[in-house]
Amino acid sequence: MKTSAHSVPTRDKPPRGGWVPIGLAIPATVLLILLYVIPIICLVSLSFTDYELGALEIRWIGWNNFARITQDAVFLRSIRNTLLYVALVIPTSVLLGLVIALLIHSRRATRSLYEVVYFLPVTSTLIAMATVWQFLLHPKLGPVNQLLLQLGFSSQAFITDPGWIIPTLAMIGAWQMVGFNMILFLAGLSNIPRELYDAAAVDGANGWLDRFTRITWPQLGPTTLFVVITTCISAFKVFDTVATLTQGRGESEVLLYAIYLEGFQYFKMGYASALTLVFLAFILVCAVWQLRHWDRKVHYA
Amino acid sequence: MTHLVQINHIHKTFGNTAVLQDVSLTVQPGEFVSLLGPSGCGKSTLLRIIAGLEHQDSGDVYIGDRRVDGLAARDRNVAMVFQNYALYPHMSVRDNIAMPLMMDRIGLWARQPIVMGWWPGNRSALQEIDQLVRGVSDSLQLSTLLHRKPGQLSGGQRQRVALARAMVRDPSIFLMDEPLSNLDAKLRVEVRNELADLHQRLGASFLYVTHDQNEALSLSNRVAVMDKGRILQMDSPQRLYESPATLAVARFIGTPMINTWEVSLDAEGEFQDFSGSQRCGAERSGQLTLGLRPDHLTVAQAGVFEYSVDRQAQVVVRRCENQGPEWILQLQTMTSPTVGLQARLSNRRLSSVPATGDHITIGWRLADVMAFDHQGHRIDLTWRPPSRMTL
Repeated sequence: MKTSAHSVPTRDKPPRGGWVPIGLAIPATVLLILLYVIPIICLVSLSFTDYELGALEIRWIGWNNFARITQDAVFLRSIRNTLLYVALVIPTSVLLGLVIALLIHSRRATRSLYEVVYFLPVTSTLIAMATVWQFLLHPKLGPVNQLLLQLGFSSQAFITDPGWIIPTLAMIGAWQMVGFNMILFLAGLSNIPRELYDAAAVDGANGWLDRFTRITWPQLGPTTLFVVITTCISAFKVFDTVATLTQGRGESEVLLYAIYLEGFQYFKMGYASALTLVFLAFILVCAVWQLRHWDRKVHYA
Repeated sequence: MTHLVQINHIHKTFGNTAVLQDVSLTVQPGEFVSLLGPSGCGKSTLLRIIAGLEHQDSGDVYIGDRRVDGLAARDRNVAMVFQNYALYPHMSVRDNIAMPLMMDRIGLWARQPIVMGWWPGNRSALQEIDQLVRGVSDSLQLSTLLHRKPGQLSGGQRQRVALARAMVRDPSIFLMDEPLSNLDAKLRVEVRNELADLHQRLGASFLYVTHDQNEALSLSNRVAVMDKGRILQMDSPQRLYESPATLAVARFIGTPMINTWEVSLDAEGEFQDFSGSQRCGAERSGQLTLGLRPDHLTVAQAGVFEYSVDRQAQVVVRRCENQGPEWILQLQTMTSPTVGLQARLSNRRLSSVPATGDHITIGWRLADVMAFDHQGHRIDLTWRPPSRMTL
């Protein structure tokens, strides 16, 4: 609860508390401007030019870059791919993280072992792991396809078949994020007061289903929201698996990879800036959604 | 069987610590019984065993005519009020109160959150539940708070919601685990009175765990005093105070604590204490502990006692505490070794308050003195005049 602020009778004086608070705020403000505000202003300005890296002259071309986006088949495909990737990664890694957290939460002796095992992919370098996955999923040599053959299925080109690429990348991304989500859910589970389950037992909610739907799941609400938001943002930023495994082959471009191509392979900085603005808009939607829901739906004391 | 709850020879250990040792007790229909003891004495564990939240190592529990040892908490028809109320923070007050009824009256799949509203056949059950919730919340003045979440309620209101959730299912017994300990002192007395009213109005049985003897003594028909996993004595509040069975009970019940001092009897039952020599009626020897309640001590004012006393002693005043309506005097005898005593006197009885360091004369009646043997068990003593006078 906030107590009401003291009323300030006159406003023609220096700010309440003198200049010291403002002085203390200056370093952070300067850094914020240097590191975030100025780069964004530069980005927005560049996106209205035809600047190319190393070019001697730069021309203002208005909305041309943005008009080009709507015609750009590669970039539109990368948006579709990214959305599909995000749509696959979020439910997989969130649900798996939740299920694993529920399973190992009640373990006593083995809990820390499982925590480490599931958390290992988070700490590993995804580029190195991508190479391992490349071997695992290799059409001829990979153990996954060997297993499929043994079980009587035909072998699949997971990393080259356009129909398989995005789901495969999504599974690798989910594999990497599950451990992190699991840790967050475990923290959430430990915060649920034990006596709520006692009360539920006396009230008749005895089975696992009632306990989950009446206590565990609602109590995990804030954790779940946080997990979904962070997963969403990091899924939008998928880049390294594409860069190592496919290099965009088989129409597998994603947002960041398309931007990387335009900016650092073709050196079209102006156009890449415009694409980056579109990418930022996606992230912004995620963040705003988070802010709006954080205060409203899932808030309780 | 006429008992509502009967517990026979319960044992319970956690790891290597014995939490309950051979505990037996009964609760009659309509009775208010308290389990009173210091923290860690096993009283909460006993309550949780009756509720079905813990399971005893041996012994059995009967509720009504049923042996409930194998039954889950939900099938025992008991209601529990927890120390922190354990309200569901994500549910409205209405849903909190309705929870036991929903679990009881609606099928497993039909009561799941999203489907419950439109599941065929739920409508009449939900209306019935709503009426019961309204009835209970009216009687506890909660009707205007039904849509709020527990986080938006005051401590006293949360307490009433927890009570409503317990009452709504009409249980055979209310189990309460220190329900007042989270309230401030003034509210605690208020809610204590509400609980007493509620007990009268409902005529239901209560089993109430507390470490606060004022609560236990003022609310209960009977109190079980517990320590270290055992029931020391189970009796009416009055008998616990006036006639404790052991030294431990005598020391636990009553504030300020009972005065005790040790005496050693010679072969003829004669002994010396700070009031001179004295002889007890029976031929008894060995060590005894004598006890005297602070309110059974009186002070001579201008050399006169208010009522006739059997024994007198000179003491030094160490401290005088004003407690509003009464004074607590911290006293010390002038014999060696010295004995510390406390006396409780109402303002009216103490016309002039002594100062620290004053020498005063205190007196008491032998009938008020309790005696305990070396194991701490109460023994009945009669008194004779001493064989020779010494002063």
